Amino acid sequence: MSETHAQTVLFVRDTMLPPVDPPIAERGAVKWMRENLFSTPLNIALTLLGVLIVWWLVSASLPWWLNSVWNASSLSQCREIVAATAGEGASGACWAMIRERWHQFIFGFYPASEWWRPVLAFGLLFAALAPVLFAGQKRNQSLILLAVLAYLLVTLYLAGAPGTAFLLSLLLVAGLLVGAQLAPGKLLWFTLAFPALCFWLLWGGSVWSPIVAMAGFGVLYAVFRVGTPFIGLVPAAGAGVVAAVLWWLYLDKPVVDALQAALPFGIQSVRSDLFGGFLLAIVIGVTGIAFSLPIGILLALGRQSDMLIVKTLSVGFIEFIRGVPLITLLFTASLLLQYFLPPGTNFDIILRVIILVTFFAAAYLAEVIRGGLAALPRGQYEAADALGLDYWQAQRLVILPQALKISIPSIVSTFIGLFKDTTLVAFVGLMDPLKGVTQIVRADINWKGIYWEPYIFVGTIFFLICFGMSRYSMYLERKLKTDHR
Amino acid sequence: MAFASDAPKDGFRLSMLIYDTRYRSYTIQIVVLVLFAMAVAWLLNNTAQNLAARGKEFNFAFLWQRAGYDIGQALIPYTNDDNHFRALLVGLVNTLVVAFCGCLFATVLGGIIGVLRLSNNWLIGRLMTIYVEVFRNVPLLLWILLSYVILSETTPQPRDFRVTDEMIAAGEEPAASMILFGTVAVTNRGTNIPAPLFERSLGSVQIGFLPVSLNLLAFILVIVASVWANRRLLAHAKAVQEATGDRPVTWWKSLLILFGPVLALKFALGLHLEIPELKGFNFAGGILVAHSFTALTIALALYTAAFIAEIVRSGILAISRGQTEAAYALGLRPNRTMSLIILPQALRVIIPPLISQYLNLTKNTSLGIAVSYLDLRGTLGGITLNQTGRELECMLLMMLIYLSISLIISALMNLYNSSVQLKAR
Repeated sequence: MSETHAQTVLFVRDTMLPPVDPPIAERGAVKWMRENLFSTPLNIALTLLGVLIVWWLVSASLPWWLNSVWNASSLSQCREIVAATAGEGASGACWAMIRERWHQFIFGFYPASEWWRPVLAFGLLFAALAPVLFAGQKRNQSLILLAVLAYLLVTLYLAGAPGTAFLLSLLLVAGLLVGAQLAPGKLLWFTLAFPALCFWLLWGGSVWSPIVAMAGFGVLYAVFRVGTPFIGLVPAAGAGVVAAVLWWLYLDKPVVDALQAALPFGIQSVRSDLFGGFLLAIVIGVTGIAFSLPIGILLALGRQSDMLIVKTLSVGFIEFIRGVPLITLLFTASLLLQYFLPPGTNFDIILRVIILVTFFAAAYLAEVIRGGLAALPRGQYEAADALGLDYWQAQRLVILPQALKISIPSIVSTFIGLFKDTTLVAFVGLMDPLKGVTQIVRADINWKGIYWEPYIFVGTIFFLICFGMSRYSMYLERKLKTDHR
Repeated sequence: MAFASDAPKDGFRLSMLIYDTRYRSYTIQIVVLVLFAMAVAWLLNNTAQNLAARGKEFNFAFLWQRAGYDIGQALIPYTNDDNHFRALLVGLVNTLVVAFCGCLFATVLGGIIGVLRLSNNWLIGRLMTIYVEVFRNVPLLLWILLSYVILSETTPQPRDFRVTDEMIAAGEEPAASMILFGTVAVTNRGTNIPAPLFERSLGSVQIGFLPVSLNLLAFILVIVASVWANRRLLAHAKAVQEATGDRPVTWWKSLLILFGPVLALKFALGLHLEIPELKGFNFAGGILVAHSFTALTIALALYTAAFIAEIVRSGILAISRGQTEAAYALGLRPNRTMSLIILPQALRVIIPPLISQYLNLTKNTSLGIAVSYLDLRGTLGGITLNQTGRELECMLLMMLIYLSISLIISALMNLYNSSVQLKAR
């Protein structure tokens, strides 16, 4: 044999090599940047473009933000302060305008002594929303109510609320807190009563008018309960509605007057043209949202109905409203309603606008919900029929919960659209925060020529509210997701 | 044997109108119809009473009265001696023009942003997300007002463009200068853009009451004809390629066919641009585009682009990854994959919501009132309404026109939609 092996050194590795870090290009920030910013020539170009955009935005606006002035009484004074601190030719934001006109942006011309009322109504709004937003969740409801309590403690004190109102509202929220611990489901009753309470707080007047108006629903229920054994369910419901309408048309006013004469409780009433700013936007937005959903559901069901006449009317209404711009509807509210109503009637412009905005949103919602209804498999309808459910039971228990769940994102984006559209009421003479109040501020000799600050301020608040709504819809979608895919 | 579904034998009772499903729907429909008829009658009655009380009557004769007001941007000939109907038409054209420009820019911008938001570039993706969220969650009115204010309050006055002999001697620059190679001047009074002029114009013909420029018509005809000829050329080349295997060289023929006739027409008609010039205190020559139009177009385009971007993004995401992989497996290149596989399928998802965005944009043009843009709402629903005091007629007519525009746009787009929909066999 050859002696090849004699020269070969036998080598067997008997220890593991220590692990080596990945190459520098394959780990940490470098890897991330290589993959996410510089993967291809196109990507490199895009990154450079992005950096340029960011650089341009920052270099153009950062000094402006940094030189902000919070204390001044006019734009020229602001500019002097900026020139003194940052040197001649420097630009700076003048937030002093917001500071000085803050109340006008929030309340419009609402009388200063009554500011605590919208503040209270806003706090209670969340207390009323809690049972709806977090149905049956004791913890979340209590958290919201606690937040409302804290908010009211601070803001009512700041707004200078009278002692009685302060005490009563704190007692109310404390009562709701206790209620949330004992029977979270029952809090919905507060939500139902809230519209009347809110209306009374905002517009003021006799305490009896909201109570008597709500009593109309009591009349409806009483007639319904008493009548059912004698004339049957459906006729009794019809009789109840008729009785309630009669109550509102003929008995409401005399009863209020009588009660007011006997027990004169009331707060100062506030005219509609004093409303303005975000108060107005939120009043219109929230009322529109609250009332457009049920109307939208009914319209969608009407459009899906087998009954030809109901279907035709629904389609006609939906297509007409969706075909015209909201502005024309608002002008209808301000110009044409005087033709359509009996001679001599004149009701509140805010109310008219709310009604038209509600119809507008309802038509859009109807289409969105119709999409949800159409997306449900036919089998769901058949299964509900097979269980022997009647139409309303089937809708309430089987169809609508699923259809509404499917359409949540679109419903919420319709709501966001509605809230943004509340700015259009400026065109019928109401003082919305964007055009109404900003115009007043910009017409002031002290603040003439200011434009970035008011628009940024108003835009930010709208952004926060709308963005918050869209985040909530994502939360709701996740919460209601029942398919296990 | 009796089945439960057998009808009861005893006669008809009144309560069956409510409790028997065979009759109930008729009862409900009749009740609804009666209520509806009553409501309509009530409204009509009120309207008649109110009109009588105001001493007005319902007719549209006021449309033929002299309008008496000027409209800054009139794309069809109009003077204040024309009647209200003419003013209405001017307004309608203004509405359509701003809607068209808005849709065009919004689609381009929205498409780009939607695609960029999906790019795997982290920075660009984030920037586009911020853009979409900011523009979607802030009212359109703010964007309109802000762009109008910026255009009209931060831009220089026409006299800032002046260059005097002393300034040249001192080597000073004027306070402001024209942009885009000295052709466009943005002043606080408007944007001056160059105007096309024809040395040997063909004139125009009157069709109905609208004059139509023959020059424009000639250009459109020539372009359509060239595109058609180019298609024929390419089809011929393909036929030759399929028959012989060799594709004839076509690129220079295509170029010649596409651009030759247009250039020839340009020189034949003597088309040139009239560039605005500073004369006295203002710019003369060219076309003055009002800031109300520019601001409205910019704001509508930026706002709607955010919505369109989301639609495009969801459309592309709706196509499953397997489609791309299958196309690669067939050996298609990435751009062919996009144009042949992804886009045709994504369009099916994109187009229906895109239509409703176009409709929204068209309806949102009525916000031009915020910047005094004289569109349909500004003329018919604004000045005409105030001058004649005919609220009822003006509003109804205006709603009718907006409704027709919406229905026409949605019909056209649905037609297009049905052409890209899945062809079911």
